[in-house]
Amino acid sequence: MQKKTRTRISPRVSMPMRDAVERGRMFSEVALGYSQEQAVAEAGRCLQCKKPTCIKGCPVDVDCKSFIRMVARKDLKGAFAKIKETNSLPAICGRVCPQENQCEKTCKLRPTGQPIAIGRLERFVADNYYARTSCEEETGGEACSVVDESRKVAAIGSGPSSLTLAGYLAANGVKVSVFEALHSPGGVLLYGIPEFRLPKSVVQREIDSLKNLQVDFLCNYVGGMSVTLPELFQQGYKAVFLGVGAGLPRFMKLPGESLIGVYSANEYLTRVNLMYGYKFPEYDTPVPPGKNVVVIGGGNVAMDAARTALRLGAERVRVVYRRTKGEMPARQEELEHALEEGIELEILSSPLSFHGDDQGVLNKVVLQRMELGKPDESGRRKPEPIEGDTFSLETDLAIMAVGTGANMVLTQTTPELKLNQRNYIWADPETGETSMNMVFAGGDIVTGAATVVEAMGAGRRAAREILRRLEG
Amino acid sequence: MGIIIQKRALIPKRVTEMTVKAPVIASKARPGNFVVMRLHMKGERIPLTIADADPEKGHIVIVYLVMGKTTALLDTMNEGDAILDICGPLGRPTRIEKKGTVACVGGGTGIAALHHIAKGNFQVGNKVVSVIGARSKDLLLFKPELEKISHQVLVSTDDGSLGHKGLVTEVLKEYLERDPEVKEGIGVGPVPMMRAVAEVAQPFGIRTLVSLNSIMVDGIGMCGSCRVNVGGEIRFACVEGPEFEASQVDFDELMMRLQAFRSQEKKSMELFEKKELL
Ligand SMILES: Cc1cc2nc3c(=O)[nH]c(=O)nc-3n(C[C@H](O)[C@H](O)[C@H](O)COP(=O)(O)OP(=O)(O)OC[C@H]3O[C@@H](n4cnc5c(N)ncnc54)[C@H](O)[C@@H]3O)c2cc1C
Ligand SMILES: Cc1cc2nc3c(=O)[nH]c(=O)nc-3n(C[C@H](O)[C@H](O)[C@H](O)COP(=O)(O)OP(=O)(O)OC[C@H]3O[C@@H](n4cnc5c(N)ncnc54)[C@H](O)[C@@H]3O)c2cc1C
Ligand code: SF4
Ligand code: SF4
Ligand code: FES
Repeated sequence: MQKKTRTRISPRVSMPMRDAVERGRMFSEVALGYSQEQAVAEAGRCLQCKKPTCIKGCPVDVDCKSFIRMVARKDLKGAFAKIKETNSLPAICGRVCPQENQCEKTCKLRPTGQPIAIGRLERFVADNYYARTSCEEETGGEACSVVDESRKVAAIGSGPSSLTLAGYLAANGVKVSVFEALHSPGGVLLYGIPEFRLPKSVVQREIDSLKNLQVDFLCNYVGGMSVTLPELFQQGYKAVFLGVGAGLPRFMKLPGESLIGVYSANEYLTRVNLMYGYKFPEYDTPVPPGKNVVVIGGGNVAMDAARTALRLGAERVRVVYRRTKGEMPARQEELEHALEEGIELEILSSPLSFHGDDQGVLNKVVLQRMELGKPDESGRRKPEPIEGDTFSLETDLAIMAVGTGANMVLTQTTPELKLNQRNYIWADPETGETSMNMVFAGGDIVTGAATVVEAMGAGRRAAREILRRLEG
Repeated sequence: MGIIIQKRALIPKRVTEMTVKAPVIASKARPGNFVVMRLHMKGERIPLTIADADPEKGHIVIVYLVMGKTTALLDTMNEGDAILDICGPLGRPTRIEKKGTVACVGGGTGIAALHHIAKGNFQVGNKVVSVIGARSKDLLLFKPELEKISHQVLVSTDDGSLGHKGLVTEVLKEYLERDPEVKEGIGVGPVPMMRAVAEVAQPFGIRTLVSLNSIMVDGIGMCGSCRVNVGGEIRFACVEGPEFEASQVDFDELMMRLQAFRSQEKKSMELFEKKELL
């Protein structure tokens, strides 16, 4: 039996990559995507399990087994339609899902260390099958209802939760208006996740197809300020969805954290991605230069900031994390890419203070060495300071990627909304409805910083409920 | 998008007033609010205070000082031109309640921003004492406008060409000594002026607010660029401000942080002046 398994498990087909040295200096996408031959070979490794476990791992229930079978048969159209039954943004999910914690974690082949590369296959299908109509782009099929202008729904914020909601409702004949405070839609997909990981053209394609389904995007509109929730109902909207995200950056309240040269990852990434600061001075927004960069944190945001700094010409980039490499919450693939590109890790350490010159310009960070103690509530071993063991690093740019909190603009102007203890919006886990009638919420503003696909799942649940209420 | 309806040079090549069509913002703007705008596809986002709003016509008024590339570019735009993006209103509005006498202190371009706040106070029936200052008479803004909505307008100029010769805060101090009825002070202007307002008002124990102008990107609480130190806590000026209790503000830190991009700003402006940049 064991022998049989071994002969059947060929290794995963590896993903073509841009050379690490070359790509470390440019913003082009790092992972190039499977060719048809590679995709078919990878799909061929799937066991087509009688009781597939992969689906359980996906927050939006993609029928991985079925779509993979279709890829193996080169039926891209069928595979695309299958994925679209539950996932409206496969080109994005295939690129940014932490698959190793989701579908690929529950794949039967995971114990071999070579689970099916579900995310890569999903991306392959989305990138290589071109939908003929926007309806097909959203649903995978030809069955979109004609949009009925009298059934209007408003979505506030334009991240993945709202985009998913908009696609679902529009395909079912509901008129959706998406209100976004920034000048372009997309949420974190636009301002946070960098071009080299998620090309902006991929996000734009999704937005264009929603526009074709008569979804309106109203940018520069601040929910709660430019327009309040009661006003939206007065304007004839039957339901409102809040997908305003958890963008408020956290700081650590350390001495020197306000020095010139200490930035939140959100600011750094926004300047680069949303504002195209990497093209300064052609584009007007400046980006802080950094030769010797220190990034604090261990998640996707930290990796994105570190790899961006490298691309902007840093000579040395170190990621400071208080636990060990194995505990870093970043997607495994991103961590590997970062290391290949030359990012260094400074594990088991945590900043104590930042120091600067008499102009207030950062030049040094003092760090505390940590060790792992007993497991905490999260089950991970808790980092504890080693008394007296401190050290310092020279640095001219420190980027804080230590988490975010609930966006405040809407909640502080809408006191009727019930919040939870952590100041996120309370929403019914089944329906997504908030404490206000016909006001729904989902994504990071409900759960705190999570993942793209979880935000999408929330958008889809709320859309389903809204549709039921509009029809019933 | 916002079409420029009217452009008026208040101080030629330095300070300009623009009336811009922005009906949604005009209908919502309250004193103390600001907008963030982006002039063109490659532009940066800059915050400007809403100096006045006319909900009926759908107009807002902004007044800007030409500081660098973006404001210089704005100054090349004319009536009929369109500002690509205007987002707002942003920031917490000034808390305006009927409470008696309010001292409104403005310096330089800050007088324009102060105008909306003074007007709000006047409209709820407060006694408004406007105290304004500039380097000289020709640089003093909005005096006639303020006279319409103030019970008294006190003036200072550095060169003595109008009113008291000296600092605006000297006039403020003198007034506070004279009138014990002042319930609240508000200061809008350059950082050193706001710091001085805080110092002058403190001994009188009146609630005093200042409107902080930290560097902003999004203006909706997402980047942390605008963070200021108030009472030892990190506060985000765009969503928790821009007004804060004057005595609690760390002005040194604000001054320092305003310099963060000086070398890039200089480069940008040089290229713009050489016409190598749009
Ligand atoms: C740098 C970075 C990297 C990440 N990498 C990954 C990854 O690899 N994989 C993954 O799965 N997840 C990743 N995430 C997390 C993921 O992006 C988020 O979980 C997801 O985007 C949340 O979606 P959302 O719909 O809740 O809203 P968001 O994407 O947060 O968007 C919210 C939008 O609402 C707008 N808004 C806020 N307030 C208002 C208002 N009052 N009126 C109008 N608009 C408003 C904001 O401007 C924003 O555009 C990353 C996050 C960051 C920051
Ligand atoms: C809430 C608020 C309200 C404001 N209201 C007004 C107003 O009514 N009239 C007015 O003339 N000015 C106002 N300002 C300041 C104005 O935003 C800056 O003068 C402008 O951004 C300068 O841009 P620039 O490209 O012309 O100059 P730059 O050369 O880029 O900068 C000159 C200086 O302006 C400051 N600055 C630069 N970029 C920004 C930015 N994105 N946000 C804030 N400050 C920046 C910095 O201190 C910098 O050194 C306000 C600022 C804030 C935060
Ligand atoms: S959406 Fe994400 S978790 Fe679900 S199957 Fe696709 S890659 Fe896996
Ligand atoms: S669990 Fe893995 S091997 Fe089994 S069907 Fe799903 S993807 Fe294929
Ligand atoms: S300007 Fe970005 S948080 Fe205030």
